[in-house]
Amino acid sequence: MEHIRTPKVEQVKLLDRFSNKSVTGTLHLTATHLIFVESNSTSAQEIWILHHHIASVEKLSLTTSGCPLLIQCRNFRLVHFVIPRERDCHDIYSSLLRLLRPVSYDELYAFSYNPKQNDQQREEGWQLIDLAAEFERMGVPCDQWQLTDVNREYKVCKTYPRDVYVPITASKPIIVGSSKFRSKGRFPVLTYFYQEKKAAVCRCSQPLSGFSARCLEDEHMLQAISKANHNSRYIYVMDTRPKLNALANRAAGKGYENEDNYSNIRFQFVGIENIHVMRGSLQKLLEGVGTRSLSMTDYLVGLENSGWLRHIKAIMDAAIFLAKAVTVEGASVLVHCSDGWDRTAQVCALGSLLMDPYYRTIKGFMVLIEKDWISFGHKFADRCDQLDPDPKEVSPIFTQFLECVWQLTEQFPQAFEFSEWFLIQIHEHVHSCQFGNFLGNSQRQREDLQLKERTYSLWAHLLSENQNYLNPLFSPSFAESHPVLEPSTQAYHFKFWRNMYNQYDRSMHPRQSILKHVLTLQESNRELEGTVQALKTKLQKFGVNTSPLKPQTPPRECSLPPRPQSLILGAPLLSRKEVQQEEDEEVFGEEAREDAPASTGGERTVEGSSATENSYGELMGSFGSKNEPGVVTLEFGVARMTC
Amino acid sequence: MELSEHIKTANVEDVTLRRPFHPALRGTLCVTSHHLLFSDRKDEASWQLLILLKNIDAIEKSVENLFGYPRAVGSSGTITIKCKDLLVLQLEIPGMEECLNIASSIEALSSLESVTEMYPFFYRPSHLTLNGPWGLSSTEQYYKQTERLWDRWRVSTLNSDYSVCPSYPSAVIMPREVDDDKLIRSARFRQGGRFPVLSYCHHRNGMVIMRSSQPLTGANKKRCKEDELLLQAVIDGSELGYIIDLRSAQQAQQARMTGGGFESKSFYSHWKRIHRHHERGKVVQESLIKLVEACSDPSHSVDRWLSKLENSKWLSHVHSALSTAGLVVECVERDGHSVLVHGSEGTDNTLLVSSLAQLILDPASRTVTGFLCLLEREWIQAGHPFQQRCAHSAYSHARLKQECPIFLLLLDCVWQVWRQFPLALEFSEALLLRLAQEVYASNYGTFLCNSEQERCAAGVKENTHCLFQSLLRPDIEEQYLNPLYEPTDLAIWPSVHPQSLQLWTGLFLRWTEYAQNMEEAREEVWSIVKEHHEQAGPDRTNNTLSTHCDTLTPFENLMDELTIL
Repeated sequence: MEHIRTPKVEQVKLLDRFSNKSVTGTLHLTATHLIFVESNSTSAQEIWILHHHIASVEKLSLTTSGCPLLIQCRNFRLVHFVIPRERDCHDIYSSLLRLLRPVSYDELYAFSYNPKQNDQQREEGWQLIDLAAEFERMGVPCDQWQLTDVNREYKVCKTYPRDVYVPITASKPIIVGSSKFRSKGRFPVLTYFYQEKKAAVCRCSQPLSGFSARCLEDEHMLQAISKANHNSRYIYVMDTRPKLNALANRAAGKGYENEDNYSNIRFQFVGIENIHVMRGSLQKLLEGVGTRSLSMTDYLVGLENSGWLRHIKAIMDAAIFLAKAVTVEGASVLVHCSDGWDRTAQVCALGSLLMDPYYRTIKGFMVLIEKDWISFGHKFADRCDQLDPDPKEVSPIFTQFLECVWQLTEQFPQAFEFSEWFLIQIHEHVHSCQFGNFLGNSQRQREDLQLKERTYSLWAHLLSENQNYLNPLFSPSFAESHPVLEPSTQAYHFKFWRNMYNQYDRSMHPRQSILKHVLTLQESNRELEGTVQALKTKLQKFGVNTSPLKPQTPPRECSLPPRPQSLILGAPLLSRKEVQQEEDEEVFGEEAREDAPASTGGERTVEGSSATENSYGELMGSFGSKNEPGVVTLEFGVARMTC
Repeated sequence: MELSEHIKTANVEDVTLRRPFHPALRGTLCVTSHHLLFSDRKDEASWQLLILLKNIDAIEKSVENLFGYPRAVGSSGTITIKCKDLLVLQLEIPGMEECLNIASSIEALSSLESVTEMYPFFYRPSHLTLNGPWGLSSTEQYYKQTERLWDRWRVSTLNSDYSVCPSYPSAVIMPREVDDDKLIRSARFRQGGRFPVLSYCHHRNGMVIMRSSQPLTGANKKRCKEDELLLQAVIDGSELGYIIDLRSAQQAQQARMTGGGFESKSFYSHWKRIHRHHERGKVVQESLIKLVEACSDPSHSVDRWLSKLENSKWLSHVHSALSTAGLVVECVERDGHSVLVHGSEGTDNTLLVSSLAQLILDPASRTVTGFLCLLEREWIQAGHPFQQRCAHSAYSHARLKQECPIFLLLLDCVWQVWRQFPLALEFSEALLLRLAQEVYASNYGTFLCNSEQERCAAGVKENTHCLFQSLLRPDIEEQYLNPLYEPTDLAIWPSVHPQSLQLWTGLFLRWTEYAQNMEEAREEVWSIVKEHHEQAGPDRTNNTLSTHCDTLTPFENLMDELTIL
């Protein structure tokens, strides 16, 4: 609170990013949110921005209309305010600077967020995902794999979970020895078990091999993994880095496995770039697609130059390689990169998703994230810049994983129980710090923070509104016929994910949605079926034979399914009250009239589709003035011409 | 010369056919005057492939033969057939001579020049008779149906013998107050005689879209009083009209050097001219060639693919066509002014922009019938030279003459609109794909010739069947319906941010494995909709409609459509 000098500024202009449109309103600064309320009473839209979502605040140079403030958010929202008085602008600016850099975990929103649940509900939320049960589902422990208590106290590896699964034949001394030979002590452990072929997916960090060092325990460890699988004489060791990076690491006493020292391994580089390259790539991508009046050429050139889709394909290629090795050859695979928490997490998680239809369901996807990302210590705090920022540690590794999954949903529209809104919502909350799941860098740190006692679980929240995230085309029979997904990696399959990276640029989005429409139909189908059933029972009660029941029987009001407020983009219905408000405002605000086209004759547009938003060209009414070559700004794409 | 004289070898046995994503088949190959027929040799349920020779864009042959041993055992040849609908087939033909014969027959028969030798003149299916109605609509009919025109507009038949403008239909809609003599003078002042005619009258405000070719002002700035009066009569007292010139200002200036030009401000004082640059002719054709080439090479890396996609410029053409159409709509719908659209000849981009604008503005043109009528009025009767433009497609090595896939570009733009408004069009992607195929090779006479005049001379209406009529037969039409159609009365403004436009995978990646999953998803949507109709009953569909309207939220805009349907 003490950081807020000016809680409210009036007459602030909000500029649209892609057109000349602007709206005027009031800016409020609260302890958790920056709120913009449009002053026009009939269509007062509100924008709520969580401080944690703000990636950067920039004060641009003073203009005649005021002092511009540019705010970039981690969920790819970009807002441009113009504040009339410089002093107010500076106050807001400096307050925000302080507020978006929390100095301790206690300042994060998760610790003050209260969705009005009692302790029991909260606990239940945390118990939803049970990793022990997940390993049991895979068939572990079994005759070849066991749970080890070697890391119970986080003594062997601080960034691993307490419970890890290793081959039966790997004794404690071998594990400890191996961990000493691995970067950050991250020794090989089981992450996915492919029951059908008894093949294992294991993960670890790079060996500290330098130019010639070797470690017998580590060699035994790999031997043990190999022996645990009778289907194959060898195991694959996938180093997900480009070979050059791995070579460079040798000079620092790290490196990769020497095939001569390890018996029966097949070593493979995959070539996914490191976090710094990925950060730069996303930066370029966003710069490209954030340009005003972007031409098609600049868009495609920008997309290419960012290299973003190339990186996405590299991750996908690695995951496909992994899935093929396991499901086709029945070989076990050991995956690592440098520290084994970025690229390794991407490849293991995506590979498992390809192999196991369970991970393509809503619940299963949560389990997958909990397992490969949260429990194995992907450094969410560092990568998502939650606290104590080190810009060099920030990187969109998890975002890339979500995007890979999205690319798969585009190729296999029937394979996933969830739609892309589920992915986008998860992305939103990875950065919101509203729930405890993604706070901190490791399980150990989360325990120290007592997150389960002090914060709420995102999964419970998402499950409570899971009807918002359903994919109407999901077909369980598809999973039966395609237990293993075999995506094509032809270049044209990799598309720009507009709904993620331009998610707040509404003018870009389709005006009508098949997905939503079909969901509505499906729900109404279910509703109708229910009504028919209910009426049948009722009639039977009265002793009437009902067999050829006409579908017209149910009364009209029953056939209107109660629609959730905002079906998509998970308008949180119960808990996140303030955000709900925001979305309500947007729903019934500006474009509500256009939403019910039949009822109004005024606006001649469809669902938020309007010429002003598109700006095909600014038609100037300068007709009649005698200066003949009137300059007409035709702002469309890049076209600026005179006539 | 009889067509059959081109055929030296009519039948070959033991031919192997390779298609993308299908196992190779062995069977018999036949060449007839108009078709290539392959049938496999299985006795029960034999499978046949019938390709119109006109559909073949290019063939490549390679023969393997031990030199000096003609007809030696094992000599064989391979023919690669590249179709105008982008399908690529391979035929392995035993016997070098047979292979060369077949290849030369295909080459000769696929590039017939004479219209009356083409297959539509021979196509006589048992379920169709030649006496049926031909075409869906005419200028007169359109005028009769459009009551809002009656007051100020009339049908002029001054072109009934095609002497005023050879590429226009016999009847056109003109302002009442301009008599035919003035029109004739205006026609002389416009390239190819294409004087400004009415193309659309907006149902909300009576504003019109006119189209024409460029005025022949020439280097010394000629003027034509009658042309000026004609345009003045179009806006009829309203203070302003817009001329959308589909060339850059510079190009329009340059056109004066070759006798063309633009409407000068001083003579057309109530018209405001806006220039938008559109590529035409060869440039667009080369875009198609580059794009198809990029799509057919599976070995590209992501970077190379993006660079080739960009380099083809196809999406840039889509972008500019939709933006200019949007601009026209903005003039008509939002600003409430009439618009004249023209480029140079007024037979290509002009039609593209004016018909797209109508699709966006006019709910009537979004039904199956309405859309086909639109195509008939704005493309076929308006004199888009189909025969010249669609002589070759993306694979041909022949030297380009008049080829230009402007019609394909239109279909792509319509597809983009449909992607953004999946509920607003009554027809589905399947109809667009069918049209994309028919325009290059067809059993029907609809897309033959370059103008009404030529069609008349060739007797197209008397001797061929009409595609549009046959598409509208109830059992056929069903295949092309959009299950999600919900009519809306409003203008559907597409977004033209590059991020909102996409490659038309349904066409350009039609023959890849991509299509299959999409097909299944599409069926799923159908079954959900059908289930809904069954359960809800016919009178209940209205309820869902209102339900749907109630819950439309701006967040819906955030919803992406899957690439289905």
